[in-house]
Amino acid sequence: MHVTASNGIVDAANLAVCSILDSAEARNPKLTQSYCTLCLDARRLPGYAFLEAFPEKLVADTPQVAPQDVRAPEVPSVMEVLQDLAKTNILKVQNYSKLSYHSVTNLASGPRYVQDTLDQMDDIGVGSLPIVLLSGFFIGAVMVLQTGTQFERFGQASLTGDIVSLALVRELGPSITGLLVAGRCSSGIASELGSMVVTEQVDAMRAMGTDPSRKLVTPRVLATLITLPLLTTISVFVGLLGGMVASVLSLRINATTFWERAIKILEFSDIMQGFSKTVVFAFLIATVGCYQGLNVRGGTQGVGRATTQAVVVASVLIIVSDTFLTKLALYLADKFF
Amino acid sequence: MDLSSSSLTTTLPAVGQAAIEFNNVRLGFDEGEILRGVTFSAQERETVILLGETGTGKTLLLKLASGLLRPDSGSIRVLGKDISGIPESELLDIRREIGFVFQEGALFDSLTVGENVAYRLHEDGVDPDEIEPRVSEVLRFVELAHTFDSLPSDLSGGMRRRVSIARALVTRPPIVLYDSPTAGLDPITSQTIISLILRLRDVYGVTALLATHRLQDGFALANFHFDPQSKKVRRDSSPESSNAAPTRFLVLRAGKIYFEGSPDELMKSQDPYLQRFLI
Repeated sequence: MHVTASNGIVDAANLAVCSILDSAEARNPKLTQSYCTLCLDARRLPGYAFLEAFPEKLVADTPQVAPQDVRAPEVPSVMEVLQDLAKTNILKVQNYSKLSYHSVTNLASGPRYVQDTLDQMDDIGVGSLPIVLLSGFFIGAVMVLQTGTQFERFGQASLTGDIVSLALVRELGPSITGLLVAGRCSSGIASELGSMVVTEQVDAMRAMGTDPSRKLVTPRVLATLITLPLLTTISVFVGLLGGMVASVLSLRINATTFWERAIKILEFSDIMQGFSKTVVFAFLIATVGCYQGLNVRGGTQGVGRATTQAVVVASVLIIVSDTFLTKLALYLADKFF
Repeated sequence: MDLSSSSLTTTLPAVGQAAIEFNNVRLGFDEGEILRGVTFSAQERETVILLGETGTGKTLLLKLASGLLRPDSGSIRVLGKDISGIPESELLDIRREIGFVFQEGALFDSLTVGENVAYRLHEDGVDPDEIEPRVSEVLRFVELAHTFDSLPSDLSGGMRRRVSIARALVTRPPIVLYDSPTAGLDPITSQTIISLILRLRDVYGVTALLATHRLQDGFALANFHFDPQSKKVRRDSSPESSNAAPTRFLVLRAGKIYFEGSPDELMKSQDPYLQRFLI
């Protein structure tokens, strides 16, 4: 039984009791004393008065459901759930691959959005400079503090410059800068594009004959590809400066000695290893941010979700790809250099 | 209603050929099929009012007509070209022939009003010296010349819709699609928007699809016309006396065309569902 609020404050349960007792009394007049008492009590319920006044309400408001229509909702099997999950994720990988492919192939033909690329370079490159400088300096310094004390135990404190330099150029510079830029720019790209999607600006762009992939994705990918290696170079340089300051103040190593050893230890393969990583990381940061932003669903809440997803996915991909890139770079260095 | 003068003039195309044709178009999403075999056409210079409750697929029809969405089956022809299966690169060219006025305006919030209106001209590589006069001209047409350097966030809802109309008409497209252009606006602002649409129709002779759930918008377009001589919107004494483009109603229900006909036919209909729109 369904009683709507517009019927007045009538307890649906009252009505149900009254209805059952009433019909039972009608069918069997020889009721016991207790049963009659119960009926009388029931008649005192406010719902009974309502029912007497508006008997049609009970029928009208009761949904007439045919028995055959009442079916338990179908529960999908484990296999169906897994299949759906696999399909959804394969579709995501396919769409991400298409977006990544077009972001590069768009460069081969016009129109090219040079001004948009420069704007993005300013935002991604210049905008990220303060955090890269600050973190780079202190990462170099902390590296010296951590490794220098260990080398001192063996009387080899002068090796600190070598190890810090190699670590920064090969590994820490690219990956820490990549993670910092992912945190700042992947989320920024995702939230900007996501907001454009939910306010139909991307649809408006398409409706006016503009390809969002060319206008929004390619400039961001290109800008990140150009600026991240530069940022990493600056980060490594500042990291070495930080390391030099820390080694002078903490380990009493001569600044010139530290710097000379740090530069001399580097080989071409080390620089190429670090550079190749930054290119891959830059591509991941920009494409993941764009993909998450352009695939926002669910309004402003979806924008927030996409922003978080962009940072998480880009960071995880940077760390995972770093492992494989390191292995590949070591293999290639061993083979060719 | 007096409207400000404009130097915009155009030769009206003849009524006759179908500018937009939907043939048994179906479209569904995860939650089910929304459009279940929609067939209709809009002739050149004709205004077709898409009426229907929320969720019946009015906006989807507009997005399908502009190629922003692809149908699951059926065909859509725009200006004689089948757009249902062509690649995105070819669709971009078709979309340049269509103006789209989005429900909330969909203005680029980081660009000024002038830059928003000029966007399409920049994209088309129009001479920069020519862009500013053309933008100023269309902004005068929508009576918002003073907002040239304003940001969309500084404008009211009605003003944003008018800028959206200006942006849609700056390249003088032969087809304009309006997605609930008066939704959420007060009656006076709604009237201003409808007057603009009337003026756009009667000055430019555009073919229009207008999605709305407000019947009064449809009847305003059917019963009024813009007189270029007096530069005023006038009520038609009779449909025959009007030289305005024809207006037709399509009512959507449960993913199908429930009613298709003239304003008179809609008014005279005794169908209980249609009567609900007329109350």
